[in-house]
Amino acid sequence: MTQARLPKRKAKLRPLFDGAEWSFELIRKVHDAMGEIAIGELGLDIYPNQIEVITAEQMLDSYSSIGMPLMYRHWSFGKRFARDEAYYKRGIRSLAYELVINSDPCISYIMEENSMTMQALVIAHAAYGHNHFFKNNYQFQMWTQPDHIIDYLAFAKSYVAECEERHGDAAVELVLDAAHALMNQGISRDLRPRPRNIVKREKERAAQRRAYEEATFDPIYRTLPEIVREGAAEPTGVQTEQRRLGLPEENLLYFLEKHAPKLDDWQRELLRIVRLLSQYFYPQRQTKMMNEGCATFVHYEIMNRLYGRGLLTDGTMLEFLHSHSSVIFQPSFKDRRFSGLNPYALGFAMMNDIRRIATEPTDEDRAWFPDIAGCGDWMGTLRQAWAEFRDESFILQFLSPKLIRDFRLFAVNDDAKESTMDVAVIHNEQGYRGLRRRLARHYDVAAQDPDLQVSDADLSGSRRLVLTHQVRNGVLLDKTEAERTLQCMAQLWGYRVKLMETEIDTGRVLKEHEALPMP
Amino acid sequence: MQIVDRRLNPKAKSLGNRQRFLRRAKAEIRDAIKDSLKTRRVAEAEGSEKVTIRSKSLREPSFSLSRNTGRRDYVLPGNEEYQVGDEIPKPPSGGGRGSQGSPDGEGQDEFTFTLTKEEFLDLFFDDLKLPNLIKVKLKDLKAPKTARAGFTTEGPPARLNRFRTMRKSLGRRMALRRPSEAEIRRLEEELAAAEGEDPPSAAKIAALRASLEHKLRLRRTIAYIDPIDLQYNRFERVPKPTTQAVMFCLMDASASMTEPLKDLAKRFFMLLHVFLKRYYREVHLIFIRHTSTATEVDEETFFRGTETGGTVISTALEEMLKVVKARYSPADWNIYAAQASDGDNFHDDMPRCMRLLDKDVLPICQYFAYVETTHGERFNDTHETPVWHGYTHVGRRHRNFAVRRVASPEDIYPVFHDLFSASDKAA
Repeated sequence: MTQARLPKRKAKLRPLFDGAEWSFELIRKVHDAMGEIAIGELGLDIYPNQIEVITAEQMLDSYSSIGMPLMYRHWSFGKRFARDEAYYKRGIRSLAYELVINSDPCISYIMEENSMTMQALVIAHAAYGHNHFFKNNYQFQMWTQPDHIIDYLAFAKSYVAECEERHGDAAVELVLDAAHALMNQGISRDLRPRPRNIVKREKERAAQRRAYEEATFDPIYRTLPEIVREGAAEPTGVQTEQRRLGLPEENLLYFLEKHAPKLDDWQRELLRIVRLLSQYFYPQRQTKMMNEGCATFVHYEIMNRLYGRGLLTDGTMLEFLHSHSSVIFQPSFKDRRFSGLNPYALGFAMMNDIRRIATEPTDEDRAWFPDIAGCGDWMGTLRQAWAEFRDESFILQFLSPKLIRDFRLFAVNDDAKESTMDVAVIHNEQGYRGLRRRLARHYDVAAQDPDLQVSDADLSGSRRLVLTHQVRNGVLLDKTEAERTLQCMAQLWGYRVKLMETEIDTGRVLKEHEALPMP
Repeated sequence: MQIVDRRLNPKAKSLGNRQRFLRRAKAEIRDAIKDSLKTRRVAEAEGSEKVTIRSKSLREPSFSLSRNTGRRDYVLPGNEEYQVGDEIPKPPSGGGRGSQGSPDGEGQDEFTFTLTKEEFLDLFFDDLKLPNLIKVKLKDLKAPKTARAGFTTEGPPARLNRFRTMRKSLGRRMALRRPSEAEIRRLEEELAAAEGEDPPSAAKIAALRASLEHKLRLRRTIAYIDPIDLQYNRFERVPKPTTQAVMFCLMDASASMTEPLKDLAKRFFMLLHVFLKRYYREVHLIFIRHTSTATEVDEETFFRGTETGGTVISTALEEMLKVVKARYSPADWNIYAAQASDGDNFHDDMPRCMRLLDKDVLPICQYFAYVETTHGERFNDTHETPVWHGYTHVGRRHRNFAVRRVASPEDIYPVFHDLFSASDKAA
């Protein structure tokens, strides 16, 4: 029965490998054979690959440092490692087969425990699928510098170590803790950063700050009583002050780095490191579903084409299909295993659907997707979609009624005040557009994160900082978490910080929090 | 494409993170260890330890949206029977539903992980230290040990390091271009050949001869081994830490010592043993049990067997002194003793015990701890057993003598902690 599902073989070539054992030789052979298909036939455009073989322990290591090969030292990474290790040892959670880093050359980690089939799958998935996506998607092109990230991490690591040596572990930890708490608010969502040679500039910046500190150090000034500089304070209105500070500012870490009155230069530099890392990961959060969909589609295509040429054995193919189908498994919402929509499942289904629309469109598809229906060039369509969309816009553009029916999607409204939820839309003619819009919004990171801004800072008087949370749909911040995080903010700002939760439509203040820095 | 084998890279890359993490969670981890000790056998304490902590200081806060306010919507797969407008009861927990639930979000404040043996012991004995270390320090000076400490340019011939000397000599000879033996031989042969030529070329011979002479002179002036080549092994005398200790476990084996009481005693002994092992390379254990007579026994018999008979503690002390005299000279060994009993003794024996302790036992001991185990319920402070009464008197005169009471397993660690706390006034 299973045999019948396998694609037909055209020619009988010698399989690339047989059996579970892998070797460096085989990996190279498989990688090159896949390259012919991926680049030659699918027209993928990738960074050069660097495949690194690691042990399970090293995989745990990478896990704990958010998947990066290098990371500065912080206890939270140790915590994550201890937790993941415990889960792994007790068999609660298995490790990923692979880890891929958006860098140039593109580094993919593969585990030594994998069978050769899994190594092949992983290479097709990461070294071709993700790699292509990293290189071509506009989000990554706009926000990340893959050729600099490893060097920047090396700089960050040594800089943090240097700070620990100079100022003590505890002082550094205090700043990093607070910065990590604000990490999700360390993103500039709308500004396009200018490309730059980060490492060189960072090193120079650090050196300049240090040099300036040394050049201007004179102990005699410390003996002077502090003078209130009255002459400097020109009569400035609140408006000009706000304009000077660039308010309102959504990037809290950026604001603190530039304007917090009490921070030392090295503390600002630490905030900057955390902020840049947060920004670096922002595209990943925005394209999670597409990225996985792209990689899954690519590995499926490559493996099938290899098999079609007789380059893979039946056994390999069955092992591959087994893991492939468990990766794209989507339990229904009633299932005990359900934990949201599986990005692999939705992504893979959407890629296949685009192919179907391009090659065998129905009348419905022609009505919904006039530009691509029946165009025939499905790979070109996919490549363009991978390059120019993010999850939210991709769903808004490409989610078809057929897929909505296949997934039997429906939406429910949940009002915290009521005891039941009501079904708002289901997969019928009236519901397709509404479902598509709702689903797209769920993939919009900016709409899912709380919308916080620095709205006012009184630098000349009380130095009070005011944050505003724009409350959408009456969803307030989690009180205890918000107060803890606000405490971190106050610690960095050095003075009183106030957080106002205001309704976005009416401007009505729903709730206020306040925090004072602890001595 | 490039394949890199990273498997042999240094392990424990995240060790620094782990240390920071443990330091951060220290208080919680220590509480957890103490809790687990209440139920666990102390003998297991030496292995690696699983610890579950509920972390306050390990929280990583962030601004997140509350789940109990406002209006939201979810898109879910797998609709079977719902129509628009249907009402669905909310799932009991409220959260964990919908596509925005982050997999890395909540519910992870509590988690279990494993400490290595070293980490466990470090945390467990963190603020404890050995009392009365003066003697150990004095002994250090008496027993220095020589250890290799690099190389030097002078020393007795016996310490000449031939390998290094020859290496330096070779380097110097090469640098100064000292002609080798082969070179000289080759020149001599060429000279002989030139002389044997017919007709001999005077100019060639003269040139060869000059060059040979020059080379020979070089060989004479540049020594094969020069004094500056000489390298000697260097040794340093380092104070040798006293690394051996003997620990005497004395216990009353009469019928009044019930199993639970023995178990308490055992826990205390094991704890002391583990503690001592951190400081001494070698810790010998001597088990002496007594009724009205005392014998040295192995560990098994010590904790298992029960004997009938009265209780005469002084016999155990005498036995201990006998063993010390025979095998453990106080000059070479750090002597520790722990005594456990339920507090019974023949009344007439007490003066003798106190005299033995005063005169013979305590002067040779680094530390002597007496632990009185009492039955189940909390001990009554007003009730004084004969031993307790006598020993507290001795305790006032000796700083290396401690008397404590233990009623249940949870008392063990606090008492132990109390005995060895680093802020001890004796320190």
